[in-house]
Amino acid sequence: MIRFEHVTKRFGAKTVLDDVSYEVRKGEVFFIVGPSGTGKSVSLKHMVRLLQPDEGRVVVAGEDISHAPDSALERMRERFGYLFQGGALLAWLSVADNVALPLREKTKMSEEEIHDKVMRTLALVELENDADKMPSEISGGMQKRAGLARAIVRDPEIVLYDEPTSGLDPVMSRHIDRLIADLNNKLGVTSIVVTHDLNSALSIGHRIAMLKGGHIVELSTPEAFRASTNPDVREFMDAQFKIQS
Amino acid sequence: MITREPIFLPPPRGRFEAAGRKCLADLRETGVCTKYLASALWALRLLPASRRMRKESVAQMFVAGIKSLPVITFVAIFTGMILALQLGLELQRYSQELYIGSAVMVSLLREMGPFMTGLILAACVGSSMAAQIGTMSVNDEIAALEIMSIDPVRFLMAPRLAAMIVITPVMSFYTCMMGVLGGGVVGMTQLNINWNQYVQNALEFADLRDLYVGLFKALLFGMIIATTACYEGFSTRNGAVGVGQATRRSVISAFLLILVVGYFVTRLFYNG
Ligand SMILES: Nc1ncnc2c1ncn2[C@@H]1O[C@H](COP(=O)(O)OP(=O)(O)O)[C@@H](O)[C@H]1O
Ligand SMILES: [Mg+2]
Repeated sequence: MIRFEHVTKRFGAKTVLDDVSYEVRKGEVFFIVGPSGTGKSVSLKHMVRLLQPDEGRVVVAGEDISHAPDSALERMRERFGYLFQGGALLAWLSVADNVALPLREKTKMSEEEIHDKVMRTLALVELENDADKMPSEISGGMQKRAGLARAIVRDPEIVLYDEPTSGLDPVMSRHIDRLIADLNNKLGVTSIVVTHDLNSALSIGHRIAMLKGGHIVELSTPEAFRASTNPDVREFMDAQFKIQS
Repeated sequence: MITREPIFLPPPRGRFEAAGRKCLADLRETGVCTKYLASALWALRLLPASRRMRKESVAQMFVAGIKSLPVITFVAIFTGMILALQLGLELQRYSQELYIGSAVMVSLLREMGPFMTGLILAACVGSSMAAQIGTMSVNDEIAALEIMSIDPVRFLMAPRLAAMIVITPVMSFYTCMMGVLGGGVVGMTQLNINWNQYVQNALEFADLRDLYVGLFKALLFGMIIATTACYEGFSTRNGAVGVGQATRRSVISAFLLILVVGYFVTRLFYNG
């Protein structure tokens, strides 16, 4: 579904992705884990061409999105829902209006249909009672959930989640995990999840890629990931589970 | 595509290359600004059909008007008073102080009105526009709009441009009137001219053309303010520090462009 082909990305002298190749399969829950600042967000941004690779290309459903003409971009981006790390809600619109925005701007649905759809989507992230609040009146975690609602409100085929559970309490984190798994099971949504949260990755991921120093150092199923002898993976797992226990 | 990545180049070899690069970068910036302005103007064709855009434009007009009204009133009155006093004292030497009415009126209509309004709106309104859009850029909100295929130029810049195109000439006219009022007060109190004489003299010599040219200038200044503010906002990087830089740069660019464009419009209409 999404294929990285020898993608290299530099910011000045700093090489963030170094000849990275992998493929995310259709209908998969694909996790990208790794320490901060290794280019996880940068990877996601390449999938929707918010960034372009210096070398190589990213192919989405058989089409090269990295070098597609601007005119084809809108059609290609329609497939995607994108949850940004901070939620990226518009500050002057209420939660409901933020979620309604893509429907109002991009579809011909009536206000009633939009209201229905928005409330149903907000219920999925347990925000139906905060629909009329402004983004500044709700917590960071709630903003993120509202951002998630906005990302999935148009029923995209592919959803990109940038740290969906960071800043959420454990109960809500597991709830969001279930939501991601549900969207995948019931609607066949292909999901790419960037996270620090190995709990999520190990419990709902189909495959996990670990990114470090510009390379994919491990790409395997959760079982194999847990049992991996790769020192980078061990270090990452130990750090996470030692702190928690 | 608005969300752009910074261009990285190796450090320049020597001063010559650095200067050359700066020129190229400035040219590129001018090009991008022009493109934004053109697409925003083109997007305004949707104004009659789009309720959201109309509402947003009117909201922006209110914000711009209310934010700048106290400062503009204050500056306008004092500008008129200063003009009247300086000219009046000079003209008094030739016993021509009666003519300050027309002098104040004409200089305000042609130059001072639009110019003062432009500078004040750039400082009050343009800066906060740049800060707002800049904050959106660093919070990924602009990128989010782009993913949703909502063109930020149409969605954010067009209503702001519409608001500035309307509000700058209106404010400029208001500045002129307040300035004339201020001049009149000085005329009465300092130069012993009575109010009726002053107004009569002002209206007699002011040409309708002066009014039009002034308003046209103000309209251009409004476009300059909205464009520089949105351009700097869209190009903001590096968090809160970047927002501060974008704000400062938008005000400076607007000031410089207002001066240069003002000069050329004057030359175009009053030179031969
Ligand atoms: N637009 C950009 N310009 C310059 N450097 C960037 C940009 N985006 C990301 N980087 C750099 O790339 C590296 C990876 O960033 P990112 O993908 O956000 O990390 P993370 O894995 O924590 O999500 C960081 O060192 C960051 O400084
Ligand atoms: Mg990140």
